[in-house]
Amino acid sequence: MKKLLVLGAGTAGTMAVNKLRNHLDRDEWDITIVDADPIHQYQPGYLFIPFGTYEPGEVVKATAQFIPKGVELLMGEIAAVDTDANQVRMADDTLLDYDQLIIATGTHPRPDQTEGLDSDEYGKTIHDFYSLDGAIALRDSLAKWEGGRLVINIVEMPIKCPVAPLEFAFLADGFFTERNMRDDVQITYVTPLDAAFTKPVAAKQLGGMLDERDITLEPDFMVMEVDSDRKMLVSYDEREIPYDLLVTIPTNMGADFVGVSGLGDELNHVKVDKHTFLAVGQDNVFALGDAAALPTSKAGSVAHFAVEVFVDNFLNHIEGRPMTHEFDGHANCFVESGNGKGLLLDFNYDTQPLMGKYPVPHVGPFSLLKETAANHQGKLMFKWIYWNMLLRGRPMPLPAEMSMAGKIAEEPVK
Amino acid sequence: MPVTTIAGREITVNEEGFLTEYDEWDDSIGAALAAQIGIAELTDEHWQVIRFVRSDYAAEGESPTLRRVNNVGEIPTKSLFKLFPKKPAKKMSYIAGVPKPHGCV
Repeated sequence: MKKLLVLGAGTAGTMAVNKLRNHLDRDEWDITIVDADPIHQYQPGYLFIPFGTYEPGEVVKATAQFIPKGVELLMGEIAAVDTDANQVRMADDTLLDYDQLIIATGTHPRPDQTEGLDSDEYGKTIHDFYSLDGAIALRDSLAKWEGGRLVINIVEMPIKCPVAPLEFAFLADGFFTERNMRDDVQITYVTPLDAAFTKPVAAKQLGGMLDERDITLEPDFMVMEVDSDRKMLVSYDEREIPYDLLVTIPTNMGADFVGVSGLGDELNHVKVDKHTFLAVGQDNVFALGDAAALPTSKAGSVAHFAVEVFVDNFLNHIEGRPMTHEFDGHANCFVESGNGKGLLLDFNYDTQPLMGKYPVPHVGPFSLLKETAANHQGKLMFKWIYWNMLLRGRPMPLPAEMSMAGKIAEEPVK
Repeated sequence: MPVTTIAGREITVNEEGFLTEYDEWDDSIGAALAAQIGIAELTDEHWQVIRFVRSDYAAEGESPTLRRVNNVGEIPTKSLFKLFPKKPAKKMSYIAGVPKPHGCV
């Protein structure tokens, strides 16, 4: 029997085993998936918890219920991959052999990477919403907060779901407005980027939306230290921004075992070919989802489109045939903008987010880069799709490859 | 791709002015690019960063991030902000004649 080992039962790993189990002969291939967490979390739902829109119970289900028959789920911590021996060593020293390995262990917030961030104030005046516990603690702080300076800060790129901090800012504006305390809250959005977002057309649109909401943008701010005694962000070029409530998006890093095993970049994201996900220098190790160092967004939609392309390639690869499908970096992100509206971004490695309609050209129902109620409904509907279709690897009516149909092309923007 | 004249030579650049041909660069081009963005004189410390950025790009096929210059090139991020004020990641790549780092998507 040949062995396929998948590390990580999050979005990418779970989708991959659901699809591959249908394609790989059960008499020929054993599939094992490893994770340390018995609970699968719907990460896009974290954003809604601080504002009381979602209850924590809505975003968690048992990991095991998404693992298909014929796939073994093994619980445990991964210590290292030995690519010469084709073995994974677990924290309890168990050794797992593999013929093919897929690393899908994601990326995670690491407040310990910033001086002063991981302080006693974490969970009190310093919060994050990139973990379930963090989102719940933030909800409790917001519920009793009387106002002051709210600072939202991205420590370092790349982060997963790079639009989520903007969504948080928009939703916070709506939240305080609804509670009749918007005048008592100053909102500042502090980013190491030179604008509200990375790509020019979207940056202009999203930056305008910050202005409309009276949210101050502080670009080119790279945090060196959080001084939690003085409640101050200090940058490498010695600028200071005071806060009363800090919502941080800490440095995101891949799993430590990736670094230990020599497969990662400085942030422990696996270095891969950006079209096939084969790890650099390896012939039987792949990385999927946020775990991979790809020049596109780290997001569930990217993992979804990537897995679609990957499965065909993988089936060719194990038969010794060339991998003929090339991933284009397709990402598709709903952006909540508050007041029951949202935007949609659709882009890839080469094409920035543009205006237009999606998925049906000129029809929609979703509007690209424009605030509509339909986009907001799409975002809420996505939770059901995630649990019931996406994770289980069921076919989705969205092509993996990005299409220019329905998009309004722009002149190159300087 | 547009062609522009830098330090008396024809150089291929992209729409943001970043060099697109690694081999069209030399020290005099680097100095001219630095002057264009307000760094009148390149010190030994500047050159240390530029040399690292170029050799790392040649080895890895992508422009290093600040974190990589700090961890692998052993030049502290704080120094990078002093040497290339405000936007060190963009400026050091621009001067070194390599693409804008894409860590930001």
